[in-house]
Amino acid sequence: MGSIYALAALGFNIIYNATGIINFAQGEFVMLGAMLMAYFAAVLKLPLLLAFIVVVLLVACVGLILERGCIHPLKNPSILVLVMITIAASILLKGVTMFIAGKEVHGMEYFSGENTVVDMGGAKVPTQTFWILGVLGVVVCGLVIFFNLTLAGKAMRACAFDRTAASLMGIPTKRMVMFSFFLSAAIGGMAGAVIVPISMADYQSGAMFGIKGFGAAVFGGLGNNFGAVSAGLILGILEALTAGYLSSHYKDALPLAVLLLVLFVKPSGLFGSEAAGRLKKF
Amino acid sequence: MMKRNIYIPYAVFLMIVLLAPMFVKNPYYLGVLVQVGIFSLVTMGLSLLMGYAGQISLGHAAFFGMGAYASAILTGTCHWSPWLAMGAGMLITACVAWFVGTPSLKLKGHYLAMATLGFGLIVNIFFLAEVDLTGGPSGYTFARIPHITFIKWTIKSETSSYYFVWGILLVILLLTLHIIHSRVGRALRSIHADEEAARAMGVNTAQYKVGIFILSGIYASLAGSLYAHYIRFVAPDPFGLMESVLLVTMVIVGGMGSIWGAIAGAALLIILPEALRFFQDYNILIYGAILLFIMLFLPGGIFGGSQMLWLLIRKIPGRRQEAKDG
Repeated sequence: MGSIYALAALGFNIIYNATGIINFAQGEFVMLGAMLMAYFAAVLKLPLLLAFIVVVLLVACVGLILERGCIHPLKNPSILVLVMITIAASILLKGVTMFIAGKEVHGMEYFSGENTVVDMGGAKVPTQTFWILGVLGVVVCGLVIFFNLTLAGKAMRACAFDRTAASLMGIPTKRMVMFSFFLSAAIGGMAGAVIVPISMADYQSGAMFGIKGFGAAVFGGLGNNFGAVSAGLILGILEALTAGYLSSHYKDALPLAVLLLVLFVKPSGLFGSEAAGRLKKF
Repeated sequence: MMKRNIYIPYAVFLMIVLLAPMFVKNPYYLGVLVQVGIFSLVTMGLSLLMGYAGQISLGHAAFFGMGAYASAILTGTCHWSPWLAMGAGMLITACVAWFVGTPSLKLKGHYLAMATLGFGLIVNIFFLAEVDLTGGPSGYTFARIPHITFIKWTIKSETSSYYFVWGILLVILLLTLHIIHSRVGRALRSIHADEEAARAMGVNTAQYKVGIFILSGIYASLAGSLYAHYIRFVAPDPFGLMESVLLVTMVIVGGMGSIWGAIAGAALLIILPEALRFFQDYNILIYGAILLFIMLFLPGGIFGGSQMLWLLIRKIPGRRQEAKDG
């Protein structure tokens, strides 16, 4: 579960870094990924890999449309407008999903067969856990390579650092914003696609993914990808512990409480240092 | 100038409110109007916070819910008088708002939005989880919430509910209009325009922001109590995340920075789904579309938009005049 928060948090970070926007529709990307995956793999019975690729591409396109349709036309938006627009977009995505897929909960079997488990020192671990961890690992490695070794990745980092300077250097910042939405939606879609066998999804599940992912992003220091991954995993473990030892009712409340606490006490996050200065800009 | 501007619209509004039941005879429509009144109370507070002080809250349904649950539990389980319960609910809400608002309102923009969102979700989870206190997901079913009595009348019929709710609304509206056009209102607007500058001019921005947050929380709690006594049943569902977003949508649709806009927004977003009955399940689709449309094309809301239109209409003859003079 923590890996999903980590992936959602990465999605937040990518858009935040490129634009300074917190995308409230990020959770909806995860939900879309989950719903589409359940549809393609369980209903249409496409091969897993093909379904996965199609899902990720589709969700990424939704991200692209969101940026082109809602964010791009705004000339000089205030934060309130941006927050409300991404919320409106997330409601719309939710509504469209409900319209098409209905209100039922959708799920599918594990990638490596129905309810397969691996015995690890007495604890039975569902095989899907390894798939999720694997995808997280691949995404993290991919992002590291992308941001450090490719030209586009370096250009995006330059945008994050100083947008004006980047555009003066000839980097097409507008296109970078678009691309950041594409990438972050793709990651959200991946997260949704791998989670759906474990926790089933319906049209409403986006909000929780979103806010917990944001919790992880803030917890780890907004804009800090390494922090996001660690914080996501920590949150997942904390949540599992609360469910096990305290009360399953409050398992959803815990990441939120952590989020509030971090925001109140140390808004730069667990692993962020210079981000505190950035926060002031808001 | 300012004073005259307050009282004329207020008097017109008062007349409309008093006379409306003569034209709206159908109890069902009256019921819809009662709901408009209840939601207008919340959006008025939210409008003070968003439109005047420029702060976002995505957790206002939590305050609304706290008022409703306080009334339900204190009158139902503890057999308090509804008025006492209402006051207690407002007091509890004010304390919570102070407790949450003090650290939250140091945050800005997205962070504030997320913090209030998180707070709202936690409160909703609390309503769901404390089954012994709130009845959990199936709602408060331990006792029927009693009718409220005002002096000697029991507020039971739709007509009496209408006058009761709108009467309270009118009092609060007058209070709010006075706040806006006072020193406090000017201070809040200065925070909206430029917080640093406001502070430099000697406005205690932190205190004002928390103060207005608490006030808007109290409005929401009062509305929640009225809701509880009107519907006579509370469940966690209407106080969740969607409701918070809906409240903010009402304020934005009506036009931020205008109390009248807040009432108009509440009226529109409650009457519209009632009018478009056949959409039922799809009203979240409609809310999303309306919100997106308003944000993209009409950032001033319908009230701001109509004002702009009015200015345009008035300007056209003016321009001709100028052209003639020139």
